[in-house]
Amino acid sequence: MKYLCLVYAQEDQLHSLPESPQDAECMAYSQQLTESGQLFAGQALEPVATATTVRVRNGEVAITDGPFAETKEQLAGFYLIEARDLNDAIRVASQIPPARVGSIEVRPVRELKP
Amino acid sequence: MRETDIQETVTAVYRSESRRILATLIRLLGDFDRAEEAMQDAFAAAVTQWPREGVPANPRAWLVSAGRFKAIDRLRRHTRQEALLKELAERPGGEEEDAVASEAVEDDQLRLIFTCCHPALAADARIALTLREVCGLTTEEVARAFIVKPTTIAQRIVRAKRKIRDARIPYEVPERTDLPGRLDAVLRVIYLVFNEGYSPSSGDTVTRSDLSGEAIRLCRLLHALLPDPEVLGLLALMLLQESRRAARATAEGDLIRLEEQDRSLWNREQIEEGSALVLQALRSRRFGPYCIQAAIAAVHAGAPTAKATDWDEIVGLYDVLLRMEASPVVALNRAVAVAMRDGPAAGLTEVDTLLNRGDLKHYYLAYAARADFCARLGQREEARAGFRKALALTEQGPERRYLERRLAEL
Repeated sequence: MKYLCLVYAQEDQLHSLPESPQDAECMAYSQQLTESGQLFAGQALEPVATATTVRVRNGEVAITDGPFAETKEQLAGFYLIEARDLNDAIRVASQIPPARVGSIEVRPVRELKP
Repeated sequence: MRETDIQETVTAVYRSESRRILATLIRLLGDFDRAEEAMQDAFAAAVTQWPREGVPANPRAWLVSAGRFKAIDRLRRHTRQEALLKELAERPGGEEEDAVASEAVEDDQLRLIFTCCHPALAADARIALTLREVCGLTTEEVARAFIVKPTTIAQRIVRAKRKIRDARIPYEVPERTDLPGRLDAVLRVIYLVFNEGYSPSSGDTVTRSDLSGEAIRLCRLLHALLPDPEVLGLLALMLLQESRRAARATAEGDLIRLEEQDRSLWNREQIEEGSALVLQALRSRRFGPYCIQAAIAAVHAGAPTAKATDWDEIVGLYDVLLRMEASPVVALNRAVAVAMRDGPAAGLTEVDTLLNRGDLKHYYLAYAARADFCARLGQREEARAGFRKALALTEQGPERRYLERRLAEL
């Protein structure tokens, strides 16, 4: 079963705390998950200051600056993984390096019905 | 056998085996609702078939097997989920022999407990689900115990089951590396159930004994399935607290403090069992916070009066507990013990340090303890202010009446 692990963190703290992860560490973990066949995709994201929100209302495209919702922690990256069940997914998520400074939301993927 | 005897047999089997049968059916069928339906079908089949065919040698195995068959049959009639049907029919462990093997059945019960207490479920849902599925209480009984509407409990249970299914919370005993943390979550659920029965968070009675009894039963079951010093510690703690039930309130439902309780009303049997369990847990040398709390309760239980209590030992045990979990509530309890050992002035210093740190700002017992120390030191104004502050922070009827009484005495 697929789960999306959403990495949330306060952007100003993500890279500035003693336990903040380095890129190399995150790359190594992605590599490890890829080798064990558990990773479909994973990326870190640029800060929310670069975000643009797009909506379509009555056929019109509306564009606004910033993320959809203002929250204390921002979306900083994601891992789309394959896991046996939630316990397995939690195990994978708990080793995502930024879990030490932020939090990981583990969401099961809903398969679209054709 | 006459039909009425058969009815009685079925009822007795339901009472003693239904939780185990359900736990096994959840594993075999992979779904809570499907398993519950299957179990009802199986018992209905027993009522019609056993008078004709006789009571089977192993009723539990018969019911598991009948339930599984009925579920597959139901799926065949109502759905076209070929893949699911095939999987259920071929699922390993579906054989009757396996369902009979006591080890597999015990594992199923443990699986059920760990699934119902999974930390990914909302805290109130864990309690409702555990009481409903593991203990076999009805939704109405759970609702009555927590003084909420049955629809609220039903909703919590539905949401929890949906999450178990959609997020795929597995039906398994956690792996060894995850076990300590997950066992902790289970123990917390059991202790919350106990406390709701021992000191309800709202309402007008001091105790609701049914829930406490249920928690003790659940902990005994857990200990039989998974012997662990902390399970033992929690069982001991609950027994020792429960032993004081008859002494902790007046006939009018007013709270009586430990110091003023009639100790002859304490339940000796529970004290003996609890104290023996504490020793057993301590000897394992792998004890945790529940065990230390039980040890503290055992020191109280062994003392003839409040004054003759070994307060030095109790302060020492609180020190150990604080090193395990630096909780401000534990620190407050330690302060009360210090006051008993060294006098109210020492207690006051400790409580003021805690209050100044700000951790206990909204905890009524901190102000009640402070007021009590002030009263003993003759600082009547300070004492009054403290009891008033405590009153403003609690809604529990018996606690409020106790505080009002103390206020009136000043």
